Amino acid sequence: MSSLRTASGGRIDRTKTLRFYFDGRSHTGVQGDTLASALLANGEYLLGRSFKYHRPRGVVAAGSDEPNAIVNLTRDAARSTPNVRATTIELYEGLHAESQNRFPSLQVDIGAINDLLSPLLPAGFYYKTFKWPASWWQRVYEPLIRAAAGLGRAPTLPDPDRYVGRWAHADVLVVGAGPAGLSAALAAADAGVRVVLADEQSEFGGSLLSEPTEMQTWLAEAIATLAANPRVTLLPRTTAFGYFAHNMAGLAERVTDHLANPPPHLPRERLWQIRVKQVVLATGALERPLVFPNNDRPGIMLAGAARTYLNRYGVLPGKRIVVATATDSAYRAALDLRAAGADVAVIADLREAPGEIADEARAAGIAVRTATSVVGAGGLQHVAWAALAPVAGGAPEAVPCDALLMSGGWTPAVHLFSQSRGKLRFDADASAYLPDVSAEHERSAGACRGVFGLAEAQGDGAAAGASAASGKPYTPSAATPNGGGWLGLMPNAPAKKAFIDFQNDVTAKDIKLAVREGMRSIEHIKRYTTTGMATDQGKTSNMNTLGVASGALDATIPQIGHTTFRMPYTPVTFGGLAGFSRGDLFEPIRMTPIHPWAAEAGAVFEDVGQWKRAHYFPKRGEDLHAAVARECLAVRASVGMFDASTLGKIEVVGPDAAEFLNRMYVNAWTKLGVGRCRYGILCREDGFVRDDGVVGRIAQDRFHVTTTTGGAAGVLNMMEDYLQTEWPELDVWLTSTTEQWAVIAIQGPKARAVIAPLVEGLDISREKFPHMAVAECTFAGVPARLFRVSFSGELGFEVNVPADYGRAVWEAIYAAGRPHNIVPYGTETMHVLRAEKGFIIVGQDTDGTATPDDAGVGWAVAKSKRDFVGKRSLARAAMTGPSRKQLVGLLTADPKTVLEEGAQLVDDPHQAVPMTLLGHVTSSYYSATLGHSIALAMLVNGRARIGQTVHVPMPNGAIAVRVVKPVFYDPEGARLDG
Amino acid sequence: MLLIACPYCGERPEIEFAYGGEAHIARPADPSAMSDEEWAAFLYARTNPKGTHAERWRHTNGCGRFFNAVRDTVTDFFVATYKTGEPRPDLTPRSVV
Repeated sequence: MSSLRTASGGRIDRTKTLRFYFDGRSHTGVQGDTLASALLANGEYLLGRSFKYHRPRGVVAAGSDEPNAIVNLTRDAARSTPNVRATTIELYEGLHAESQNRFPSLQVDIGAINDLLSPLLPAGFYYKTFKWPASWWQRVYEPLIRAAAGLGRAPTLPDPDRYVGRWAHADVLVVGAGPAGLSAALAAADAGVRVVLADEQSEFGGSLLSEPTEMQTWLAEAIATLAANPRVTLLPRTTAFGYFAHNMAGLAERVTDHLANPPPHLPRERLWQIRVKQVVLATGALERPLVFPNNDRPGIMLAGAARTYLNRYGVLPGKRIVVATATDSAYRAALDLRAAGADVAVIADLREAPGEIADEARAAGIAVRTATSVVGAGGLQHVAWAALAPVAGGAPEAVPCDALLMSGGWTPAVHLFSQSRGKLRFDADASAYLPDVSAEHERSAGACRGVFGLAEAQGDGAAAGASAASGKPYTPSAATPNGGGWLGLMPNAPAKKAFIDFQNDVTAKDIKLAVREGMRSIEHIKRYTTTGMATDQGKTSNMNTLGVASGALDATIPQIGHTTFRMPYTPVTFGGLAGFSRGDLFEPIRMTPIHPWAAEAGAVFEDVGQWKRAHYFPKRGEDLHAAVARECLAVRASVGMFDASTLGKIEVVGPDAAEFLNRMYVNAWTKLGVGRCRYGILCREDGFVRDDGVVGRIAQDRFHVTTTTGGAAGVLNMMEDYLQTEWPELDVWLTSTTEQWAVIAIQGPKARAVIAPLVEGLDISREKFPHMAVAECTFAGVPARLFRVSFSGELGFEVNVPADYGRAVWEAIYAAGRPHNIVPYGTETMHVLRAEKGFIIVGQDTDGTATPDDAGVGWAVAKSKRDFVGKRSLARAAMTGPSRKQLVGLLTADPKTVLEEGAQLVDDPHQAVPMTLLGHVTSSYYSATLGHSIALAMLVNGRARIGQTVHVPMPNGAIAVRVVKPVFYDPEGARLDG
Repeated sequence: MLLIACPYCGERPEIEFAYGGEAHIARPADPSAMSDEEWAAFLYARTNPKGTHAERWRHTNGCGRFFNAVRDTVTDFFVATYKTGEPRPDLTPRSVV
C-alpha cells in the first residue's frame, strides 16, 4: 500500500483490497474507495487532459462537483461511459478506467501544444480566427477543432443494460442526507407522514462523512431510526437531478454501477418520477476554488476535499502541504492533516483577521500568514510550489509543496431551488445567492440556505422537516456566517491561465476579454466564453465567474444577476431517461385482426401512424412496382380485397344526431335516408378541409361515421369539443368504434359475385342495393354492416364485422373469391386506384390550406345550410377566385416518367431562382391500367389551366407536363355498377 | 409535469390531459352576420396574459370531458378548475406556503 494511505481511520476496509486498472496499469485500492481516492492513495495525480489546452489535470474535489478528474469507465465494448467523475465512482474489483482527451498518452500528449498556442485560442476564438475563407469552416476548421477538443467518446454499440422507472407519491421528499436532511427526515417521519430521503452518495451522512469524530454516533442512530420506519423510503446513490412543476422531482437511482458483477435480475438504473406534497432541500454547499495562475495543476485541490480524502478515505493529499484560504473551514483540513502526520508548511489566509481557529492552528505548530494571497503555482505535471504574496503588495515567495489546498468559501447548492423557479437573493455577508421566495411547497434547510455549522444545520433541518410534515409555516434559522469567502481573481494575481472553469478551460482573462468585447449580460458572457457550460454545469466556477465579471463590468453581483439553473443537476444517462421505452416498447403498435393473415401471405407492411398496414402482397420475385401493377390490374379486371380496418369509425347516436352532423360537416344530412351513405367533408372553423369519409345512416338516430386512418382521434376530439362546449343542448352520444369493427373492402367487377353467397337477409342486387347504400345483414354467418361504396371506381362493397370475426370473414371472402382469382391488395394499390379516379386523400392532396372547392369536392358543400363549421370562413373573398390552388391532373410527355411527389410547378422553367411557384405535385404513380404515369397536383387557378402546359423543375432539367382534369379513368362512372 | 384537478375525476398528472386554448370564447350564434374583422377576431385573437389565464383542458386519457381552468401563467399554478358553462371565477393567484 502506498505511503499516502494512512494507517488507520476513515470509512474504508483496509482488509479488502481491490485490483483496478487505470490506462491499463494495474493498481490496488480498498473497499470503500472511490476511483479518485484509490488513485490518490497510489500517488497518481495526473488523471486527464483538459478540454481545450490539453493541460494536465488532477483531482480538485471529492464529490459530484468535480470539474477535472473525468474518465472513461469501461466494463466491455458496449458498456462504456465517458466523462464520469472519478470522485463519484465507487471502486470495485476489476474496474477499468481510462483518461480522456490525450494522444498518444496521458504523460506525453501532442495536444498539449495548444497550451503554448493559447494566445491564439482566446474565448470565442472560433468566431474570429477561423472565419476565412468561409468555405473552410465546414470542411477544414470545424472537423479539426472537433477532433482536437472534446472529452470522452460515446460507445458505438447499443446499450445492453436494463433501465426501469417508477412513479411514486409521498408526503415529504428530502433531498440530501447530511445533518440537515437527516434531521428533516427524522422530524417528518416522527410526525407519521410518508418520507422519501434521497442522497447522491453511497452512504448517508453528507458532510458528516468527512468528520473524524463529530456526531458519528448520532449519524448511525439517525440512519437506523429511519431504516426501521416503514413509512420512510431511503434512496442512497440517488440523485435528485430535476425539480419540476407542482412538486414533481426526477430521481436517478444508480442500482448496480458500484458492483463488480451486477446480478442480471437488477436494472442498472431506476428513474423515479415522484410527486410529493412538500419538499425539503438539504443539498449542502460546494466549496469554491481560488483563482490564480496555474491553479489547475494536479496536486491543487479544495481544502474540504482534502479533508474528505483524509477522514473518509484515509488518503493524504501530499506530504508537504500549503493551504491558501479565504475562509475558516480550510483550517479544519490543515489541523486534521497535521494530526495525521503531514507537514503543513503554511496557511496563507487572504483575510487580515481570521477567526479563532487561526490561533488553534498556530497552537498546533502551523505557520499562519494573514493578508496573504496565493498568486501562482509551479510544477509541470504536479504542483511543486505555491507563490504567496502579501495583499498589501510586495514580491511573491515560492513555497515548495506537493499539495496546495485552497478554499474560496462555500457556495450554497441552490440548483434545485432555482430549477423550481424559486427566487434567489444575493446575501453580501455570505457572498452567496441564497433561497428567498419559494415557488413550490418547498423548504431549503442547512448549508444550501446559508446555515453553516453542524448543530445549526441539524436544528434548521429538524424545523423544516416538522413544518413540511404538518404543512404549517415555520421560521427558518437565520443564515450563519461561515467566516469569510472570496469571489473571483485573487488579489495581485495575473488573470492569465488563472482558471475559473476547469472543465471548459475558461480563465479569468477570458471573462475580462468577453466584457472588453462588449458582452454585458452574464448570460452572454457565459455563452461567449462557455464558462459553466461543461458537464459539471459550473458547480465550482459560476460564482468566481460572477466575481471576475463584477470587477470587469464595475457592477455589483446582484446587479449582474446569475445564469439560469437547469436540470439535470449532474449528468443523467439516456438509458435512465428512456427506461422501458425502447425497442418494442418505444411506441404502441396497432395491428388489425387480419394482420396475421397478411403476414402469413408475405405482405410488406408500412407504418401509418401507429398502425401496421399491408403495403403490398408481393409474389415470388416481385418488387413493389410489379406487385402493385398486378394488384391494380386484377381489381380492374376481376376483383380484389383490401383490409380497411384501420379506417377511423365514430358512432354518432341520439335524437339530435342528424342536426349535430349538419353543424359539423359541410354536407346536408337531414334528408339522407336510412340505409343510405354520403361522402362527408369536415372543415376546420377556418374553412380548410380537415378530414373526410363516408357517413352511413343506420337508423333515424344513428350514423356510422368513418374518418381517415390518421385523423380518427383528432376528429372525435373535435366533435367532442363542439358537442360538449358549444352545443351541449344537443342530445347526441359519440363513441369511437374504430377497433370494434374489422373492415374488408371487396372491389372489382366480380365483387358482387364473390360476396353474394355470403350475404344473408339482404338483397344486394344492383337495383335493391345501389351505390351508396348501407344495410345491416348477416355476412358469412356474422352480424355485419354492409356498405356499397367504392374508393376504386369499381363496383365495391365494404363489409364491417365485429373485430374478432375479422380474420374468419376475410378467409371466407378469400375462399369465395378464389374461383374469380381474387387478389388481396395493399395500401399502395389502393392509392393508385383512387388516384386514377381523382379521389383525394386528405393530408396528401390537401395540406391544411385547401378549401373543399380547392380540392375539387366543392359539390359536397350544402349551399342552403345556415351554418356549419367553416362556413363563415368559406364566405371570405380570399377563399374563392383565381388566386386559389385547385386540384388538377398532370400528364407527362413520356408515359414512363413518374413525377416526384412534392415537386414544384412553374410557368417558366428558365426563370432565375427564386422562381414563381404555382403549386406542387401531391400524388404521383405509374398506372398499369392506363399504361402511363399519372399525377395529381394543386395548381394556382388550376381548373382554368386545363389543357395548358406547366413545368416541373428538377435537378436534371425541367419536365413539361400537361394540365388535365383530375379523373383519369372511367370519368363517366360507368364501372360503379360492375 | 403539472398536476391538474379535473372537476370530474380529481387531481391527475398532466399527461392525461390535452390543452384546449383560451376559454370563454363562445362560437357566435350567427357567424354569417359577422364582418370579416369580427370573424377573424373570433378565430385568432387571444389574450395571452401574464398572470391568470382562463383556459380549456380536456381530460383526454381519462373521463374525456372538457373543462375550464384558471392558471397563473407566471407560476404555472392553477387557481381553479371548473366545469364548462360555469362562469369564470373571480380569483387572484394562490400564494405558495
